[in-house]
Amino acid sequence: MRPNLILHVVAKFVIPLIILFALYVQFHGDFGPGGGFQAGVIFSAAFILYALVFGLDTAEKIIPPHWLRILAALGVVIYAGVGMESLLLGGNYLDYTLLGSNQIAGQHLGILLVELGVGITVAAAMLILFFAFAGRGRD
Amino acid sequence: MDFFIGHYNYWIVIVLMMVGLYTVISRGNLIKKIIGLNIFQVSVFFLYISLGTVKGGAAPIITEGVKVYSNPLPHVLILTAIVVGVATTALALALVVRIKESYGSIEEDEIHNLDHSL
Amino acid sequence: MIDIVINITLLAFLAITSVAILRMTNLFAIVMLFGIFSLLSAGLFVVMDAPDVAFTEAAVGAGISTVLMLATLALVKRRQKPYYDEAPHDAHRPWLPMIVVAVTGSALVYGTWDIPAFGAPDAPAQTHVARYYIENAMPDTGVPNIVTAVLASYRGFDTLGEVTVIFTAAVAVLLLIGGRRPKPPVKTKDEGKQDEA
Repeated sequence: MRPNLILHVVAKFVIPLIILFALYVQFHGDFGPGGGFQAGVIFSAAFILYALVFGLDTAEKIIPPHWLRILAALGVVIYAGVGMESLLLGGNYLDYTLLGSNQIAGQHLGILLVELGVGITVAAAMLILFFAFAGRGRD
Repeated sequence: MDFFIGHYNYWIVIVLMMVGLYTVISRGNLIKKIIGLNIFQVSVFFLYISLGTVKGGAAPIITEGVKVYSNPLPHVLILTAIVVGVATTALALALVVRIKESYGSIEEDEIHNLDHSL
Repeated sequence: MIDIVINITLLAFLAITSVAILRMTNLFAIVMLFGIFSLLSAGLFVVMDAPDVAFTEAAVGAGISTVLMLATLALVKRRQKPYYDEAPHDAHRPWLPMIVVAVTGSALVYGTWDIPAFGAPDAPAQTHVARYYIENAMPDTGVPNIVTAVLASYRGFDTLGEVTVIFTAAVAVLLLIGGRRPKPPVKTKDEGKQDEA
């Protein structure tokens, strides 16, 4: 790929901001618009931008594809695990009330963990999709 | 006039839905069919969000001094549907890629002819 | 008032864009127009007081899905010019789908007569479960964003299913096109005169 200076400089400047914004959307989703789904998509958009500007091989060095597969499964496991945890604590499946000392604290922790699981799975799944399509045309 | 404003959203939803449906059944190109399905899908999103809007309502985030909120339930349903929609669209596109690799074409007629000439 | 004007204008733009997508034949232009379509949708969701949905639509529709479609186009383009055009579709009879669409559309428009007007506060959708969520989300969960509260807590089971669907779709795409392309492709008449692309 022909190096393009302006694109490289701008991308290096913008990508950290996108990731920061994704983290903000993820963890501020309780109070403003946002949540795991949006954050995951924005997070993966940052890496897709990186792959488009710096090439697919460089991007795959940063996030190896086999990590992505583990991460995609990990998000679902976190989500289902929160449900199992509340089941083991004696509540209903995905009833977060028992996770904390009182109802509000439990719900807060449960929602945070569940949104984290959603974010991880969505980000990993979107990157898997992009790498699958982009990698197909490589050889 | 009130009736027009009150139902304009639904009519546009129907227009979008029918454009999507027409694209799917009248065009032979598989990519275009998928885009037609996506237009149809977006029209359903608009139907839900339109049904959930309340006149003078605010976004459903609890704020001091706001009394009227729009309905949060359609937002939840559509928010997840959008992300699931892109995942399923990607699956459809992957199938198109495989069809192109085996048949050398993404036009319905040509694939049909190839199937019959085998 | 101003939001009604914006609403009507953006929806008209949306309808025009969809018709343009229908009438175009260059797939590249169609995909770019679909990105515009998604961005317009995101704007409309903001007007309809759904910032969470607008957020998602802007990131997914205008970002990820356009990139995925462009990547697909690069994989399925023709070997010679025109690379991205769809084939002329005169083989199909145009009036049959037109009749189907006209009948379905008019039935649906007839159905809208019974829908409560846009934004009516006393519509059935607003008076049952939505009121419960708006009144109880804050005391139940302590989360001001009702959408997050419903998504993760009240309807947590539903969201678990959605996440599983996304995971499954990613696995399926990996199974379909995850590996390297197999070497000998099927010879077709389209590929007989190729190899410069």
